[in-house]
Amino acid sequence: MSTGLNDNEIISKVLSGDHQAYAILVNRYQNYVFTLTLRMIKSREDAEEVAQDVFIKAYKYLADFKGASKFTTWLYTIVNNTCISFLRKKKLDIHSLDNEKVFEAADNQDSGMKANMVEQKSKLAMVNESINLLNPDDAQIITLFYKAEQSLEETAKILGIETNAAKVRLFRARTRLKEKMETNFAEEVRNLN
Amino acid sequence: MNTNNIEERLWNFIDGTATAEEKTVIEQLLANNAEWKEKYHDLLAVNKLLEASELEAPSMRFSKNVMEEISKLHIAPAAKNYINKKIIWGIGFFFITLLIGFLIYGFGQMDWTSSDQGTISKNINKVDLTKIDFSKFFNNSWVNAFMMINVVLGLVLLDNYLTNKRKEFRKQ
Repeated sequence: MSTGLNDNEIISKVLSGDHQAYAILVNRYQNYVFTLTLRMIKSREDAEEVAQDVFIKAYKYLADFKGASKFTTWLYTIVNNTCISFLRKKKLDIHSLDNEKVFEAADNQDSGMKANMVEQKSKLAMVNESINLLNPDDAQIITLFYKAEQSLEETAKILGIETNAAKVRLFRARTRLKEKMETNFAEEVRNLN
Repeated sequence: MNTNNIEERLWNFIDGTATAEEKTVIEQLLANNAEWKEKYHDLLAVNKLLEASELEAPSMRFSKNVMEEISKLHIAPAAKNYINKKIIWGIGFFFITLLIGFLIYGFGQMDWTSSDQGTISKNINKVDLTKIDFSKFFNNSWVNAFMMINVVLGLVLLDNYLTNKRKEFRKQ
């Protein structure tokens, strides 16, 4: 199976009947999609189920992808909508930016972890742990911006907000991430520089 | 300047979204101000960590599961192929006609001859909604013409819809 094709070429192949070519897209983006769903949903089991659902939806509506934006921007919009629907169905909080309960829950989670795990964590694991302690909105925008290779404009498009609003949301998310790191991984943060 | 403001400007600088002018100012501050320099290094370290953080991987069977599921499915035709643009334009035309009709009728009812600026607001205050005779509104020739256009438009759309349905039925 050829993997040197770009996304649009693969999509053309799939649409012209080569359904197996879709596996290239799945392999190419499964980690991105799974990371995004995991950051929003928190449970690995549910995140994997939702990530699968995302790829199935994307396949079903592939003919609607017009190529006006990047395939990933279109795909992550499906991720965003599917995760929100899942969280609504599960009656979980959709976590507004100033939702105190989420922070309380995250703080409670922290205390159990602090004791013996922190020292063993590498700096990168510390970042992942800290992102996991954020509310889904914050974790999502940080993941989209840093890991999903989306520009601020594309991130805003995925989230259905203005670029300036995305900029503010990203700033707040990074501030809260830094707070989480300073609170829970003080020693690692001191050794960062 | 508070810490939040410094951090916001520094993040813009790091992300490359600061303007050229702002960039020069920040570069000068970083060269001369110890507080800014320290904050900048803190944020840069966080930024580097975020850029280097790893993606999570799903289970080994993930791709296989997806391919198994999609083998049972068909790609839906693009929405633009089955949404009749004529209907969308028809609906748009209907509402625009509705708005224009109401505007023409409204302007037709206004008393333009009076030069007294307070007349309209005074008249509005005098209106007693319970005494309005609504039957009078439908005697106006503009309203009748407007209603006629809408009825014709509605019938055209209905005809269009039924013709399409009949064609689909014949194809099957």
